Amino acid sequence: MALTAHHKMQMYGALLLLPAAVLLATFAYLPTITTVIQSLFLPGFRGAPPEFVGLENYRFLFDDAKFWKVARNNLIYALGTIPASIALALGMALFVNGKLPGRGLVRMAYFTPTILPMIAAANIWMFFYAPQIGLFNKLLGALGFSGVNWLGDPSVALGSVMVMSVWKEAGFFMIFYLAALQGIPPELKEASDLEGTSRWSFFWRVTFPLLMPTTLFVLINALINAVRVVDHLFILTKGGPNNATNLLLYYVYENAFSFFDRTTAATITVVILLVLAVVATLKFTVLDRRTHYQ
Amino acid sequence: MSQSRIRLERVTKRWGATAAVDEISFEVTPGQFVILLGPSGCGKSTTLRMIAGLEEASSGQIHIGERDVTRLPPGDRGLSMVFQSYALFPHLSVADNIVFGLRSRKVPKAEQRERLAKVAELVDLTDYLNRKPAQLSGGQRQRVALARSIISEHPICLMDEPLSNLDARLRSDMRREIKALQSRLNMTVIYVTHDQVEAMSMGDRVILMQHGRIVQDGSPDELYNQPASAFAASFIGSPAMNLLPLVKGDQGAVIDGEPTTTVAPLEAVGGQLGIRPEDIELRPASKPGVLATVLSEEYLGADTIVHVAVGAHSLRVRINGKPALTDGTCRLYWAPENAHLFANNGLRLDSVLPSALPGSPRVVSRPPAVGSFQH
Repeated sequence: MALTAHHKMQMYGALLLLPAAVLLATFAYLPTITTVIQSLFLPGFRGAPPEFVGLENYRFLFDDAKFWKVARNNLIYALGTIPASIALALGMALFVNGKLPGRGLVRMAYFTPTILPMIAAANIWMFFYAPQIGLFNKLLGALGFSGVNWLGDPSVALGSVMVMSVWKEAGFFMIFYLAALQGIPPELKEASDLEGTSRWSFFWRVTFPLLMPTTLFVLINALINAVRVVDHLFILTKGGPNNATNLLLYYVYENAFSFFDRTTAATITVVILLVLAVVATLKFTVLDRRTHYQ
Repeated sequence: MSQSRIRLERVTKRWGATAAVDEISFEVTPGQFVILLGPSGCGKSTTLRMIAGLEEASSGQIHIGERDVTRLPPGDRGLSMVFQSYALFPHLSVADNIVFGLRSRKVPKAEQRERLAKVAELVDLTDYLNRKPAQLSGGQRQRVALARSIISEHPICLMDEPLSNLDARLRSDMRREIKALQSRLNMTVIYVTHDQVEAMSMGDRVILMQHGRIVQDGSPDELYNQPASAFAASFIGSPAMNLLPLVKGDQGAVIDGEPTTTVAPLEAVGGQLGIRPEDIELRPASKPGVLATVLSEEYLGADTIVHVAVGAHSLRVRINGKPALTDGTCRLYWAPENAHLFANNGLRLDSVLPSALPGSPRVVSRPPAVGSFQH
């Protein structure tokens, strides 16, 4: 069979895609599928083959009070960190987009937390939060207040972890907002100045709507990060005290590598994937329709 | 009506050591269509932006009506502006773009709708009110920008090269439309352009600028017929005026390289002789005139631009239709009242009159200069 020029082009394209396809299949799609399969089986003891149990593992998981506590922690964590970090990022971007002395330096300073590895950042905050020698308690002491056990008190610990996450994330999101702000033509501001439009009104009527595509992008990223990034828990709290700061992915890790319960770990992973997929779909369908792309 | 009188007094804009606008003064009377004309970098846009309040004047005063607005924010000056890029809000519909300023000024909703309907009718946008700017053609976007400035009902409208993003045909349509709107609404317009055709066809008055200063301030007619300097002469008219250096000859000043014909008195030596291409007559070599060699010709339909060499200099002659001349030598003739003399500093020489060329049918004395146009 002679290959036509068209078929040759098709082959050429397929070959170019092959390396990426192999990598993705090996390290993303195959593990996902095995995880889904694993969540439907119970491991066999002493060499017995795994037993197919259908959705039994899921029912077991949903009866687990600890899972619900961790899920609730994660929800609070997401609801607390996402809006705060986005608002902070936008505020910082607006600030460093204006004319101010040493603008480059300020921009770099805001971006620094992003360059730091999460582990290093957590170690720095460990020092801020330490009960006796910590920066925050020293400051409180100087003002005459008694110290707070930032990471040891179950009612405060999750909040402390969240504050650190916001600090870490905001600089990263700021870069996207800054790039988007610089794409807005300055004549729009001038045209609205000529009409006597206040800064506040200009922000809500022009800047914010024009930043919507960026906000959507940042929102999806923030959501994924809220579930994906748990490095700081290893340093700060290890999920404690009494699971007060335990988040879903850290709980997966605990199940897989501390309790060696691979089945539960796989089941929680599938639940996380499903929830993320649903939320992302909702966001893209609902918000996309109201977003103006240039 | 007097609230739309604009007065600039020694207005200067400095960026560091360089002055983009250097002590400019002029006054615009209500209802006038004034053109700020000049090459890029001459300070015309900066001048306009200082009037708008988008740039702050380094020194000098700007008055609108009775008020000193030099330090007022743009929104308090009572003027509207059309930008070169149109500055439309891409996420808002045409209607929302037009009423943007009315919303900022908290005009009641019912009145907004009423004014919108009227203005949309005026600029022929009624069918497009629900579209986004990206769905419009260049000319329609231009109309939206115009509508936005008209709806504010400010007596003064500033325009910063509003037509330069349009193609040639659309540009000539919009020129007429803007001019018609301006006279219908009796607006005071200050219009910045580098295009002399726009300046000549639209302006009641043209202010020609160079290096941050005013070169000439007068009617289009004055700029064309009595250019105040060699720069003004070369900037107005297309093709540009021929400028020929004058050297000393036997009886007076002659064109450099063509010593046989005296074209001006001795006092003009060292300066330049200017003749517009359309004022030159091309004659056969047997008749009297300035000896020239035909180099090439560009046939344009209604007329032809003939390139000829006089001495070491090349000049353009504009002839109606297609000339029957063959290559080789010919003679040039122009009436002395159509020749302009400029001193060696570039300024117009009014004290010296160009000489009549041999072969003139009769010697006509120059009409007296009209109006004051020199600064």
